[in-house]
Amino acid sequence: MKFGLPEGPDTTGRIIKICILAVGGQGGGVLSGWVTDVAQRAGWHVQSTSVAGVAQRTGATIYYVEMLPRDRERPNDHPVLSLSPSPGDVDILIAAELAEAGRAVLRGFVTPDRTTLIASSHRMLAVSEKIVPGDGRADSDTVSRRSGEAAKRLIHFDMEAMAKKAGSVVSASLFGALAGSGELPFSREQFEATIKAGGKGTEASLAAFALAYDRTAGAEAPAAASDTKAKHTRDTVVPKSLQRGWETLSARAAALPQPVRELAEPGLRKVVDFLDLAYGEDYLSELERLVAVDSEAEGFAFSREAAKYVANAMVYDDIIRVADLKTRSGRSQRVRDEVRLGKSQTLATIEYFHPRMEEVVGLMPAGLGAALEARPKMMKTFNRFIDRGRRIRTDTIFGFGMLWTIAGLRRWRRGLLRHKVEAAHMREWLQLAEAERGRDYALGVEVLKCRRLIKGYSDTHARGHSKFDKVLGCLPMLRSRGDAADWVRRLREAALADADGVALDGAIKTVRSFADDAGKLAG
Amino acid sequence: MAERSFAKEVKKLKLGAGEEFTGEGILAITKALLQCGVGYVGGYQGAPISHLMDVLADSQEILAELGVHFEASASEATATAMLAASVHYPIRGAATFKSTVGTNVASDALANLASGGVTGGALIIVGEDYGEGSSIMQERSHAFAMKSQVWLLDPRPNLPSIVAAVEHGFELSEASNTPVMLQVRIRCCHVHGSFTAKDNVRPAMTVADALENPRRDTQRIVLPPASFLHEKEKISKRLPAAIDYIKRHQLNETFGGSGKVGIVMQGGMYNGVIRALQRLGLADVYGETEVPLHVLNVTYPLVEDDLVAFCADKDAVLIVEEGQPDYIEQALGSMLYKAGASVKLEGKGVLPMAGEYSGDVMLSGIGAFMRKHGSDLLAPEIRAPNVPAPPIFDDLAKTVPMRPPGFCIGCPERPIFAATKLAEQELGKHHIASDIGCHLFSIMPPFELGATTMGYGLGPASASAFNSPEAKRRSISFVGDGGFWHNGLTSSIGNAVFNKNDGVIVVVDNYYSAATGGQDVLSSRASNRTKSTKHPITDAIKGMGVKWVRHIERTYDVGTMRDALKEALTTEEKGPKVIVASSECMLNRQRREAPLKKKAIAEGKRMVKTKFGVDEDVCTGDHACMRLSGCPSLTVKHLDDPLRDDPVAAIDENCVGCGNCGEVADAAVLCPSFYQADVISNPTGWDRFWFGLRQRVITTLQGWRERGRLVFGDVAA
Repeated sequence: MKFGLPEGPDTTGRIIKICILAVGGQGGGVLSGWVTDVAQRAGWHVQSTSVAGVAQRTGATIYYVEMLPRDRERPNDHPVLSLSPSPGDVDILIAAELAEAGRAVLRGFVTPDRTTLIASSHRMLAVSEKIVPGDGRADSDTVSRRSGEAAKRLIHFDMEAMAKKAGSVVSASLFGALAGSGELPFSREQFEATIKAGGKGTEASLAAFALAYDRTAGAEAPAAASDTKAKHTRDTVVPKSLQRGWETLSARAAALPQPVRELAEPGLRKVVDFLDLAYGEDYLSELERLVAVDSEAEGFAFSREAAKYVANAMVYDDIIRVADLKTRSGRSQRVRDEVRLGKSQTLATIEYFHPRMEEVVGLMPAGLGAALEARPKMMKTFNRFIDRGRRIRTDTIFGFGMLWTIAGLRRWRRGLLRHKVEAAHMREWLQLAEAERGRDYALGVEVLKCRRLIKGYSDTHARGHSKFDKVLGCLPMLRSRGDAADWVRRLREAALADADGVALDGAIKTVRSFADDAGKLAG
Repeated sequence: MAERSFAKEVKKLKLGAGEEFTGEGILAITKALLQCGVGYVGGYQGAPISHLMDVLADSQEILAELGVHFEASASEATATAMLAASVHYPIRGAATFKSTVGTNVASDALANLASGGVTGGALIIVGEDYGEGSSIMQERSHAFAMKSQVWLLDPRPNLPSIVAAVEHGFELSEASNTPVMLQVRIRCCHVHGSFTAKDNVRPAMTVADALENPRRDTQRIVLPPASFLHEKEKISKRLPAAIDYIKRHQLNETFGGSGKVGIVMQGGMYNGVIRALQRLGLADVYGETEVPLHVLNVTYPLVEDDLVAFCADKDAVLIVEEGQPDYIEQALGSMLYKAGASVKLEGKGVLPMAGEYSGDVMLSGIGAFMRKHGSDLLAPEIRAPNVPAPPIFDDLAKTVPMRPPGFCIGCPERPIFAATKLAEQELGKHHIASDIGCHLFSIMPPFELGATTMGYGLGPASASAFNSPEAKRRSISFVGDGGFWHNGLTSSIGNAVFNKNDGVIVVVDNYYSAATGGQDVLSSRASNRTKSTKHPITDAIKGMGVKWVRHIERTYDVGTMRDALKEALTTEEKGPKVIVASSECMLNRQRREAPLKKKAIAEGKRMVKTKFGVDEDVCTGDHACMRLSGCPSLTVKHLDDPLRDDPVAAIDENCVGCGNCGEVADAAVLCPSFYQADVISNPTGWDRFWFGLRQRVITTLQGWRERGRLVFGDVAA
């Protein structure tokens, strides 16, 4: 497969054309410098070019190298080499990141007749993938599959992780993969000599190079099994006093139908972790009630979604939960691991809080809190003392102690305002879902799933709530339709597509328009 | 201090006759200047010629030995005006900048310089920023050469040709008393190759000699009646002299055989043309071909005799001229028509009128031309191609995200735009005018702030129409410290004061001309051996007459920044409201600090390293923080938790601890997921004592609580 013209008698066959696609900051310049250097040391003709400047700041960047061995019969002649890659005319394509490999394929730089694609399979997410309120990440499988189809040979593994393991950066492991691929007729020692001549961070670079070299030169079969993350698993620790209670609950969860159980077990852990065993029992009772009236023919889809979203709804994000999560021993360990705290080092941790009166009221006994909330003036006055950023040092006794104390309010949670509000909201939503299920099973399931829209804190949380209300507010217009469930799904996806609800408003407009048409027809 | 150190490259500038110089094209030009006995060099940085400026800035010693004056000019106009030193004195001078943006700025000086003409060789090296990787609007420098009647060199993109172009450029300039522009394209500037060096030459007359022996010649000054004579002299004397030089030294090259179809090209297009011919089977790897080629290493003026002679015995000629309008093709057409030629002229048509002539464009254009006019030369499979349709990867096209350039990790400009977004959330959308510089990345997601960019230092100027007593809202405009000193102080700030503009101006001060590679400007905070720095922007603004000035000394303080913007947008005070937001460019700061910190740690000194993190169980995955950041280090990850639908925020190990995430989470009241971790290396005894004590207490408290509850290993949160 070629793009453009076929090249029968192409005279550039001896020229090796290497194109490097990287994200600005990944060391693409270093890598192209190495590739050039290794050819130069071997006495080859070599030419490299790049596009530098502001385009390199975190954006997609391209480097290009051409090389060919010196002709003994024409020692003084210089070849005429190209300054930029052409579609269909690249021998080795090195992509420092998976989406860049996809971009190379799209640009025609990877073709099955000749291109060896060396790509790190890790992702560096683009801004557009990260700012979506839902999951905006590109589908890596599509990119991997298409890259494999487009290339003559694909060398593809997580070279970033490999480089990190060696304390180096991805350019070193990519260089190792290039050397290990055997696509360039230079020895391992020649490649290593280039790294050594660089002088900076040589040892780490060589280590990363070696790992990637061995992996590429050795077994090329995708050793997927070795890629599974080493999970940091700890067993559940159950105090004696709670053992019997926990066992009873576990047994009840285990007795649920398989599809429900899969989610009910983590759900149970989540709610017990949030409050106590009794709360777990509330959760299971709710599920058992739903399962009893659910349909096996539908695969218990309703109860299954309920197992997930009821747990999420019961575990709302209040100050107590945040304080609790931030004062656990497991958390301390995680932070230490993340910063790789050495034995001789010490650590200070600072939490960024910004509480407002709304959150504080939520912490009050329900009656008092509600009374206060009903007085906006007073709320405003108090808010003046509350509403500001607070940096809390959780490595100090005072800062930690404060959060630890707040976390201890957990046991009184049932009497607090926030709990009442959340419980009432949950009940309403669940009743609505059950009512819809009665009429249209699929619609009921979709109503449950809308719980996904509620997340975040303060304004983000409020926005999530408003989207949730907007989507469910369309139910009266949709109910009579056969495809109501599908529409709720579409509305929910629209709500997750952007932060300001532009897509959602558009989708609601569409729903309104056909609801109006239907009304006119009926009238 | 520039982004890159050129200590290694500086050594290459010292190479003597016969030694091999290996390196980038732009460094070869620098070396060539010294070999030509240049007396002074100036310029304004910008890709792709930044490295020329940087390497000269790092080689003050060599320059001093040779008596060469180097100037980091305030603007391209300044650099070109500096060439006035070659008007009366036989001193060779060179100026360099990015084109066409720089040429636009320089054109006033360029026109004046061209009018009077020069005695010493004057060379203007323009980095033609056209095509992939360009950061500016797409135009050609060619028009400037034509309108000001200066000569334009466009050498073949290899080091020996570029170096020869510098040498001939000076001589051509002197032979024809005309400034010469040497055009090098982006990839040519960064092409890695080699050439045989010559000894550096001390200028025959230095600027010091000239200062000691002043001269003047009224005939060379641009004022009537001399200027009318200049206009005629350009055509009657200088042009013939130039054409004579070009012909005598055969600056334009003819290659290939004696076939019936030929190709005329700009020198810069040579490698692209040859590659197309190679792929068509018409040239070997060394560029040897049977197809006659005429390479215009001088694209202005054109040498009519040579061109007409080249076309004389041909059936068809293709002109390969990148960009529009097709000046050369029009000129060649006119020449051939007047000469009564019957040759078929092809150019734009088989090749596209606009845009870069990349490899595939050349292959299909030249392929089409050859099939049409020279098919007997082609192998059968190329003559009648059976082109398979390219595969359609629609799903892939939809999947691969765009990746435009953006703010670096820890960039101090990010919080400025986060604050602007927050101010707009409270006060509504405003008209925002942007400028040139890294801060222009604000127009991209996630910020999407800024409506126009009208030129360097012209951000506030481009908002000057938006000044109305009838409107309740004010305009906001941005200008960087680079643009501010380039011409923003007068064109933007002075203009706003004089016209009583009521708008808000934000000066983004990151201590360098950062987008061009971190060169120093007047307000840079570091000491510079050869330049005068540390001139506060606020002083200049006040000196210009601005009354309302706020200085934010730490842009990462998002709340303060937002409040300053809110105040500026709402205050009763009249006249421009200027906020100077200062924090050091993180790229440069890291480059400066990281080695020092590493060394200090190795020496056993106490060092604090800050990193931010996200508590994944506190994060709900709404990504509100990303919409106020776009930091490459702040990303998302999928949790292995069946109860979670959306990925949560995560900060990778490249975090430099700038604090933007935490500050934004606080200022925008987002969430309590962020934490700051300060790791102290080589802690003092006191540090260790407190750390130990605190850890013991904390562990005890954790133990008490966790003994009374179920502790789930993988907390299902």
